[in-house]
Amino acid sequence: MAIIERPSLAPAVIGDEVASPPALVTPTAAMGVFKRPVSTTGWKSWVFTVDHKKLGIMYGAVALFFFLVGGAEALLIRLQLAAPDNTVLSADLYNQMFTMHATTMVFLFVMPMAAAFANYFIPLQIGARDVAFPRINAVGFWLFLFGGLFLNSAWFLGGAADGGWFMYSPNSSPLFSPSHGIDFWLLGLQITGIASLVGAMNLIVTILNMRAPGMSLMRMPVFTWMQLVTQFLLLFAMPVITVALFLLGFQRNFGAAFFDVDKGADPLLWQHLFWIFGHPEVYIIILPSFGIISEVLPTFARKPLFGYKFVVFSGAAIGFIGWGVWAHHMFASGLGPVSVAVFSAATMLVAIPTGVKICNWTLTLWGGKLWFTTAMNFAIGVIVLFTIGGLSGVTHASAPADTQQTDTYHIVAHFHYVIVGGAVMGLFAGFYYWWPKMFGKMLSERMGKWNFWLMFFGVNLTFAPMHILGMQGQPRRMVVWPSKLTGEGFFNLGFWNKVATLGSFTIALGVLLFVINIIITTKKGAKAPLDPWDARTLEWLTASPPKEHNFDSIPTVHALDEFFHRKYEEVDTADGARLVKVKTGEEVLAIEEAAGDAHIHLPSPSYWPIVLALSFPVIAYGIIFNRMLSVVGAGILVIALFGWVLEPSVADDSDYDPPAEGSGPTKELASIG
Amino acid sequence: MSAVTEHVEDHGLVADEADEHHVPTDRYFIKVALVLALLTALETSTYWIHIGGFATPLLLILMTIKFFMIVLIFMHLKFDNKLFSVLFYMGLGLAMLVYIVFLSTFQFFAR
Amino acid sequence: MADITIHKSDAVQVEAAGHDEHGHNDHGPGGAHVTATGLSNNKMAMWLFLGSECLLFGGLISTYMLYRGRQGSGPGPAQVFDIPLTSVSSFILLMSSLTMVLAVNAAKRLDDKNTRLWLMATALLGALFVGGQVYEFTAFYQEGLGFTTSLFSSSFFTLTGFHGVHVTLGVVMLIALAAIIGRGRITGDKAEVVEIVGLYWHFVDVVWVVIFTLVYLIPA
Repeated sequence: MAIIERPSLAPAVIGDEVASPPALVTPTAAMGVFKRPVSTTGWKSWVFTVDHKKLGIMYGAVALFFFLVGGAEALLIRLQLAAPDNTVLSADLYNQMFTMHATTMVFLFVMPMAAAFANYFIPLQIGARDVAFPRINAVGFWLFLFGGLFLNSAWFLGGAADGGWFMYSPNSSPLFSPSHGIDFWLLGLQITGIASLVGAMNLIVTILNMRAPGMSLMRMPVFTWMQLVTQFLLLFAMPVITVALFLLGFQRNFGAAFFDVDKGADPLLWQHLFWIFGHPEVYIIILPSFGIISEVLPTFARKPLFGYKFVVFSGAAIGFIGWGVWAHHMFASGLGPVSVAVFSAATMLVAIPTGVKICNWTLTLWGGKLWFTTAMNFAIGVIVLFTIGGLSGVTHASAPADTQQTDTYHIVAHFHYVIVGGAVMGLFAGFYYWWPKMFGKMLSERMGKWNFWLMFFGVNLTFAPMHILGMQGQPRRMVVWPSKLTGEGFFNLGFWNKVATLGSFTIALGVLLFVINIIITTKKGAKAPLDPWDARTLEWLTASPPKEHNFDSIPTVHALDEFFHRKYEEVDTADGARLVKVKTGEEVLAIEEAAGDAHIHLPSPSYWPIVLALSFPVIAYGIIFNRMLSVVGAGILVIALFGWVLEPSVADDSDYDPPAEGSGPTKELASIG
Repeated sequence: MSAVTEHVEDHGLVADEADEHHVPTDRYFIKVALVLALLTALETSTYWIHIGGFATPLLLILMTIKFFMIVLIFMHLKFDNKLFSVLFYMGLGLAMLVYIVFLSTFQFFAR
Repeated sequence: MADITIHKSDAVQVEAAGHDEHGHNDHGPGGAHVTATGLSNNKMAMWLFLGSECLLFGGLISTYMLYRGRQGSGPGPAQVFDIPLTSVSSFILLMSSLTMVLAVNAAKRLDDKNTRLWLMATALLGALFVGGQVYEFTAFYQEGLGFTTSLFSSSFFTLTGFHGVHVTLGVVMLIALAAIIGRGRITGDKAEVVEIVGLYWHFVDVVWVVIFTLVYLIPA
């Protein structure tokens, strides 16, 4: 039976000498005023937590909130475009709307939601008890939350950013965008960018260094593999946008001339820097979802993933080749034929590894005993919708074709198919698949089916017409499409814009059902067993939800799909060798628990991550409004850094309240499940 | 280390005894520093001694030698586990690739 | 600082059938957790960070290279650069890498006194370098090369400024480290902490090796 213990100085073996503790002057003793947080219940246990599971849930909750914000922005855009010469939004507001819709969806929903799953499940999938740097994990979440709130506070402080999510210069200069919106945008993204960068270092070290005994890299679940590639992409891509944002910030706030064409600047500088980040960014968006469906499809096809090695290596290939294609976003910018040809060829090349994945997923389904749960539906939906989006993407790779398509709704159609149809549907597959494990409750499958079909039809209804709209010439980022373009015949803009708007509300209805599903499940959902789907990977070898320390004893891994192989054995029958279930998940877990570690120590909660994170928006508000505020923020930053560095990762004994006389287990004992 | 008895291929990425042995002495480091100082003197001399078109390639070569001496010896990358090299060179290689292509699109190297 | 565990009584090493005092056997010498690769978490994190810094400085250097000739009506490199002065500060920074490795060697010998000595020496040399930069930039400003004067000036000051900030943060870390060692407060593997700070410091030096050549020495 596992007990979480405070580190104790009692002799480990009777008769041993008790070593006197090293003469440490600990922060609590030295400062004496504040004890570090140690509670395991209540709001404090969330605000000061370093537990990867709590952080994952918080990442997910906040990301979901921003999903709704970004969705509302999308609906407003679609309302404006439903009719010609519409007046729902002014031009200025429209610019802010499409900028913030994209920024919110990409940076504040999809990326953090993928981070939520990464945080929660990577340690569980590799058989670890937490990530390598739990406090850095915590600071990442708080930076995301504060950065996202800071970015959106622009709405109330003079107007949001309005230069498009890719913020091309010279449009982004104060001359064309005088409000503070873009400053909020670039500072907010710098703040959330720190979270991404430190998160990447954290998860890479975790995946490389904290795998359970016997889990070689080629025995890791595909979700973890795809996240590993994603983290490397983040690690190397974030610094590039950091440079771009600094240059833009210096131009807007200190008069530097980086993008000032009058002073001889080249506007392509921004485009290159942005897209050198921006293209790996789209792989950062999609690979986690590819990883999720690579878990879901085998589970519900009752077959191992077809071509595990191919799926893994193609993910790495996408990550690598993806660095060489960025200028396909710039085909019409005057690069010259040589550059265009090179990037066009590279872009066609990057489609190949993705095609490999599609083949492998399809072959996983082939001949399997398919179980159509909601998670499975979403996963299959990803295959279908991403393929459609990918095919239109391949047409964009041809530079002559793209010259017509660029800056039209044809592009909008492409990337929404791959992002909404691919990344977002993949995340939803993850919700329905992993909800029982995270919360111990089953989401309603009935409502889930409605959620899925509404979203599936909604995506097609919204974005399929956009291929037509694009071909008919409707440009992107225009507040109105004029009534004289309404057109006649089958391909008229009037009709298809209305269809697209209807589709967007269909998606919204599907999402609403998901939110309702969460609410009713929380109130009276069916309790989830530890292995509701008869799954294959190690995260299921835990209670639902897992204990705070994840595993009573760290499992030793002997094969890919370790959990599956502990439940199923090959047995010789009259019909040949067959896989027969010899143990349930509960039985496998019971064996592990019986051999549980006697002492488990976990890192303690801490104040410093949230304090450190708080200093950043203070500095940022100061840069925009009052430089003295920045100085104050910098002071908080320095104090928090020193406090953090000087604090040991496990709380001192004196931080815990002594147990009251005759009471039950003390606060520091984790619930024994 | 654990109950796992099977041999898992580690391709030299898991630390073993060989990694721990090379500890450069103070003397060795001072010698390396002297070489670096010499190379710096050579570099700086191009300010006074004009060698025309040879300056740029020479300076780039000297810069590269100094770069790798510091990384491989002072940062101990040569003697440490290969994985650290892989991680660092991924970043370095990607940066060089991406930014050289970037500058090429501006015809930077055509001049 | 290894975040996942801490051992308050490193002195007690109970060697019993492969299990240490915590009932599991994944601790190496010094109490640190053994990792799947056998490599230190902290060291790996630092190398990853340095890999990402290549992309950061690469972007700044490339921006500079693009704009180096665009001085407009303001002064250009040939008018303001003082190569002899910059050579001296480059040499100083280079020598600080030597004092840094001497600090690491001292830490490995468990020689706190000399570790702190060489750390402070490194910090001093780094501070001298930054001082040289400040002097140099002030002189440039007085000669008519401000931050906003031209594309060349903006790129130059941004690149060297970012580098200078990195050096300054490094100096702060070195002094703080020397102080923390002095008060005996580092837990875990002390030599490794010094080594990791050293990695950062050498990287900052190596970036300057590149900047010195590309910005100052190579003729426009």
